[in-house]
Amino acid sequence: MVLLLGLLLTGGLYAAFAPAQAHDESDNSAQIEQGRQLFLVSCAFCHGQNGEGVLTQDGTQYGPALTDVGAAAVDFQVGTGRMPMAQPGAQVPEKENVFSDDEVAALAAYVGSLGTGPAIPDADMYDPKTLSGDEYQDYVTRGGQIFLANCTACHNFEGSGGAMPRGGYAPKIRGVDPKYIYEAMLTGPQSMDTFSDGNIPPDDKKAVIAYLDSLNNSPSYGGLTLGSLGPVSEGIVAWVVGIGLCVGFAVWIAAHTTRSSKKKDEVQA
Amino acid sequence: MSVDTSKVATTNADEPATVKKGQKAAGAVANWADERLGLAKATKTMSLRKVFPDHWSFMLGEIALWSFVVLLLTGVFLTLWFDPSMTEVRYNGSYDALRGVQMSSAYASTLHISFDVRGGLLLRQMHHWAAMIFIGAMMIHLLRVYFTGAFRKPRELNWVIGCLLLLLGTLEGFTGYSLPDDLLSGTGVRAADGFMKASPVVGTYMSFFLFGGEFPGDSIIPRLYVIHILLVPGLLLALITAHMVLLVYHKHTQWPGPGRTEENVVGYPLLPVYMAKAGGFFMIVFGTIALLGGLFTLNPVWKFGPYDPSKVTAGSQPDWYMGWPDGLLRIIPALETHLWGHTISWNIMIPILIMPPLMLTILIALPFVEAWITGDKREHHLLQRPRNAPTRTAFMVSLMTFYGLAWAAGGNDIIAIKMHLSINEITYFMRGAVFIGPLIAFVITRRWCISLQRADNDRLLHGYETGVLVRSPDGGYAEKHLPISPTEAFTLTARDRDEVYTPDPDADANGVSKRGARLAKVRSRLSQLMYADNVQKPTQEELHEGEHHSEHELHELESQIAAGPNRHGPSEH
Amino acid sequence: MSDAHESHSTELVAADEPIANPGLPEHTWRPTDVDPAKERRAEIQVSVLFMLSAVCTVLFCVSYFVFDIKDNWSTVGGLGASTVALGLSLAGALLFVGIGIIQWARKLMGDHEIVEMRHSAGSNESERASALADLATGIEETGIARRPLVRNTLLGSLALLGVPMILGLRDLGPLPGDKLYHTIWGEGTDEHPMRIVRDGIWTPILASDLEVGDLVNCQPDALMNPERYGIDPSEVEGTNAQIVKSKASLILHRMNPADIKPGVDAEGNSRANWDVNGIVAYSKICTHVGCPISLNERTTHHLLCPCHQSTFDLSDSGKVVFGPAGRPLPQLPITVDDEGYLVAQRDFDEPVGPSFWERDYYER
Repeated sequence: MVLLLGLLLTGGLYAAFAPAQAHDESDNSAQIEQGRQLFLVSCAFCHGQNGEGVLTQDGTQYGPALTDVGAAAVDFQVGTGRMPMAQPGAQVPEKENVFSDDEVAALAAYVGSLGTGPAIPDADMYDPKTLSGDEYQDYVTRGGQIFLANCTACHNFEGSGGAMPRGGYAPKIRGVDPKYIYEAMLTGPQSMDTFSDGNIPPDDKKAVIAYLDSLNNSPSYGGLTLGSLGPVSEGIVAWVVGIGLCVGFAVWIAAHTTRSSKKKDEVQA
Repeated sequence: MSVDTSKVATTNADEPATVKKGQKAAGAVANWADERLGLAKATKTMSLRKVFPDHWSFMLGEIALWSFVVLLLTGVFLTLWFDPSMTEVRYNGSYDALRGVQMSSAYASTLHISFDVRGGLLLRQMHHWAAMIFIGAMMIHLLRVYFTGAFRKPRELNWVIGCLLLLLGTLEGFTGYSLPDDLLSGTGVRAADGFMKASPVVGTYMSFFLFGGEFPGDSIIPRLYVIHILLVPGLLLALITAHMVLLVYHKHTQWPGPGRTEENVVGYPLLPVYMAKAGGFFMIVFGTIALLGGLFTLNPVWKFGPYDPSKVTAGSQPDWYMGWPDGLLRIIPALETHLWGHTISWNIMIPILIMPPLMLTILIALPFVEAWITGDKREHHLLQRPRNAPTRTAFMVSLMTFYGLAWAAGGNDIIAIKMHLSINEITYFMRGAVFIGPLIAFVITRRWCISLQRADNDRLLHGYETGVLVRSPDGGYAEKHLPISPTEAFTLTARDRDEVYTPDPDADANGVSKRGARLAKVRSRLSQLMYADNVQKPTQEELHEGEHHSEHELHELESQIAAGPNRHGPSEH
Repeated sequence: MSDAHESHSTELVAADEPIANPGLPEHTWRPTDVDPAKERRAEIQVSVLFMLSAVCTVLFCVSYFVFDIKDNWSTVGGLGASTVALGLSLAGALLFVGIGIIQWARKLMGDHEIVEMRHSAGSNESERASALADLATGIEETGIARRPLVRNTLLGSLALLGVPMILGLRDLGPLPGDKLYHTIWGEGTDEHPMRIVRDGIWTPILASDLEVGDLVNCQPDALMNPERYGIDPSEVEGTNAQIVKSKASLILHRMNPADIKPGVDAEGNSRANWDVNGIVAYSKICTHVGCPISLNERTTHHLLCPCHQSTFDLSDSGKVVFGPAGRPLPQLPITVDDEGYLVAQRDFDEPVGPSFWERDYYER
């Protein structure tokens, strides 16, 4: 929870500064240099001195090459705390971001300068708050359909996440900063497929984010959502709460009431 | 037995009946009705003071009955607004995120019920919760009946009816779950289409006939609707009525205890106590369902979106009662045979076309198989404690273990994300566990029951553990036992002695057929398995001996306490 | 009162029972039976419960009118106010009255256990004999045993009456024909091969649009532009569109061409030209029971079905690597048209979706 709050906070703060930084990225060689220094300290062990990647002895990837991943990928991976990773595993979990916003921006600028790859998006590309009322509604409806066609299969109908092969998982995507959602679609972190602009056009990505935003803002009409996991949690509630309460009442109904040591005849007599 | 029942089943009120004002009016109404309907005569078969024994476990079936009533009530409400049609419409209701989206009328009217009918969402959720509780309650009721031996003669037919009710309830649940035509239920229907197509020879035809052409077509929702609101509920009502009529005719079973015998039934009269308790319980079950409906979201169809065969959501599961065949579908290895140009999909047939009917058949057969093994032709009205039928109890626990494992396998993806496991490993584990788990459960339960029987006998023969430790003069410590109350002692011994069936050794000489002899052998083996290890209750002599022993111990204990410095003991009382 | 049971309890004990049935224990009284103050208290308690129920019913009516469920749902703690308020007040109304009635029964109604005798479930001998005699007489009077011709023709005609009932079901649906063997992907023309469009966005896809790692959920263009392919628009409207989608749904995945393992089709021909620069197209319909699948792992190209976890390898001809599915995922051979848009070369060369009995009849 703290982690989530932290992420929201850093993400939110970052969103405020991001556009300005994105613009002077190209000519800010000092920032790139700062990023290179950070990279050498924090990333080079796995990704190589120049981001060329590191192979293990048997030829598998230790750390993938970062030459063409782009600034957006770095912003997502480092900004959500996934990188630098604490230990190798089936999947790198989200955790608290160890870098300041400036440092993340510097790292992103450095890796972005290594080759091609998507840049950090501008706020008006992803932020549903930039949409007016009617426009927002259109985006939500369209985004919902695109969300159902492309995202729910892994991330579940409410973005609660789902299981993937061999211990992997599609993480929960509700309450995540819109920028990170956009960057994740753009760059396909870890095992996720990419949804490049040729796959889902930028405006439709924004529509998906608007739909998720509308889910965040709509009340849970039917009561507590039980984790929005579908029939499994519903079944558990039916048994534990439903059957449990009914059986509990049955026990009470059939239980013997307290008894008096006196006899009625004695009292009357 | 000729006992004058009229004397027994009369009022127990302590005051003589005096006609009061209210009773007078009630009597007048009763008279009026009786002169036209002959109701008083009818009370001969169903006395107003009919006795029902009181025990919490006897009310489990009532939960199912009352939730069925709730289903009828809420279901009627829902039909007033639901439109079972697959005609495509453009949604224009209150739910913003779907406005302007193409969908079937069925889905649109479900949204209408949820968002434009006041209390509609509550009723929808109550209807669904009631369905989940209905089937759950039937299952725990079935377990109670089985574990206590209440299925034995003369109640075998009621057992069969109960099993059919479970089947129909599941079918009713599945058809109802499919009606809103949302993405999740549509995925379920698509899977059902796959099941049908996997049926040998006629599969494709069954699918085309049910769906009125190719999946999904435009006929399935209206057809499921008719099945859901007319066909299955009609059958359910008829069978529930039969179930209740037989219950009244057989009179309820009861636990053994002082004054309770195979020939009587001890409890509270229908009017007023049992009627009040049953009526009150109906309100409570109804209220519980309303509580669930108001507090917990069930099946948020607006988030799934309308059914579209190209879409799917993670965590696609059926409702819980379909979870176990779904689990088997998940763990079955990829078995498919191609034989002379025909495809036989074992990976679908075994989990969904073979296992569920097989389980039902096993359930239905249980009373008859047990009766055949024991050769018991007597009527039974006194219940057995589960421990006193170790093999029977173990068999059901083993079935339950299988069910539970398959059930868990049906949620393997949720287990994987919530417990950070790999679905692949869960699946591999389950493939073995569904075979080994039930065996382990059988052995453990059987031994456990037998140990409990032994503990019961210890209580009878040596009394209960007082918790008083006594040090003997030579320094050893021992816990003292005191005899249990006569009531408890009687209750513990109120059970039959088990007899292992041995085939008649003269059978061959009497010219019994070979087949008959072989069957007798099988029967004797099963009987051995069932009874040979059981602990039988003590005989009169053993009991007397035990009594002497514990009396002696009691005296010893009292004298020691009186003599010793530590004066904490029963003598204080 | 309890003497009634004690009188017969002893005689019921079988000789070999270790302990005789002691008979029903003496009745003990409840505090409410012996203490008028407690009785009065219970009475008030029950009435209060009933009154609380009435209050809840009023609350239900109030919430029915107060909470608006139209455009702006009012909320209570983030929950839909209307449903929660109606549900809780209804639950209160029902539970309080239920608990009140039970409390009444427990505390105030007579609680003497009474005894009723059982009867054997079966009829007694004479009843059974007379019923059997009636039955025998009845059967004898029909003469059914003596007139086998009458009996057999009757049985035969009754059995035949089942036929119309089954026959009546025939028009539930059309015969399958070859519908399961074909999809709309095969309906492209030489001039206009069937374009692949993004699902939900409905735009055609240039091969150059996609980057390595992209997964696109796709549909045939015919759903939006049937005329282009000479298809009657009514064939792709409403429920017909659902039928088309249920077979034609497609996923495109672009991977490094070096990752693709060379595969062969059913006749042993190479699948070398089935992809476009590492873009492969597979049916989205699982070969197990037909769920749509698009849970792809970009790094391994493993596609997972959310229903029963069958896993297919998109880099290896859709081979099953895990789970219950019995057959590989059908691959659609694709190419690009004059304008560079991705199109289907032809239809799938096998039926898509779950297995069925006649599946192997498919003629290529």
